[in-house]
Amino acid sequence: MTTTVDAWSALGDPTRRGIFALLVERPQSVTELARGLPVSRPAVSQHLRVLKEASLVRVQPIGRHHIYRAHPQGLAGLRSELDAFWGATLDNLKQLAEQEQADDREH
Amino acid sequence: MTASTDEQTRVRREIVVDVPAERAFRVFTEQFDRIKPRDHNLLPVPIAETVFETHVGGHVYDRGEDGSECRWARVLAFDPPERFVISWDIGTSWQLETDPAHTSEVEVRFVPEGPTRTRVELEHRHLDRHGAGWQEARDGVAGEAGWPLYLQRYADIVSGAADSA
Repeated sequence: MTTTVDAWSALGDPTRRGIFALLVERPQSVTELARGLPVSRPAVSQHLRVLKEASLVRVQPIGRHHIYRAHPQGLAGLRSELDAFWGATLDNLKQLAEQEQADDREH
Repeated sequence: MTASTDEQTRVRREIVVDVPAERAFRVFTEQFDRIKPRDHNLLPVPIAETVFETHVGGHVYDRGEDGSECRWARVLAFDPPERFVISWDIGTSWQLETDPAHTSEVEVRFVPEGPTRTRVELEHRHLDRHGAGWQEARDGVAGEAGWPLYLQRYADIVSGAADSA
């Protein structure tokens, strides 16, 4: 499955972080989520769509309801985010340290 | 813990820099503000600076433009110019994690490969500690066999069909 939204971006929004945190606590429906949040049900659905695209939540039909839950395989997403974060950090380190070294040699 | 599980619960990165270990260590810690990617922010306001307190017991923290602070790492080991270890107190929902049992850690080692050449090895490990909440969330799930069907149902819902919840 391709991921069009990365987890970090998806969780950059405070409302989506709140929704995700609620789902980590326990799986629940859109209606239940909307009850516990100061946002409308359609807005919750929109946020869930983004979280779903980032592979952070999944949905399961139970009877007439659709129950959303935090995606247990999401660790893979966390790993790739951290990998990118530290990769960029080390690249920046190399650039800055070597530039400093070159400047010292010139002076 | 098996080797493959280890691989899944850590991130390893290394880079060779053409400077002595002492300088590589100093730039990493004293100028962390300049090497940390800026696009990751737990504060609701733009970051003015990121501070790395260079002693055991210190913190790494972001300071927002409004003066607010987010202390997102604890300095666990600080041995210039060889290595340092910091905790990663950021939970899976990218909020500050206050329970140390649910935090991971980052070790950075500076290995000399010559007088002016250093291999910087970074390991971010114990990522599974962040997953405790997810493990609990998974309890009670009947199984994964139905996921493709559920995903298709979900796709149908978001493409316009009524949500019956």
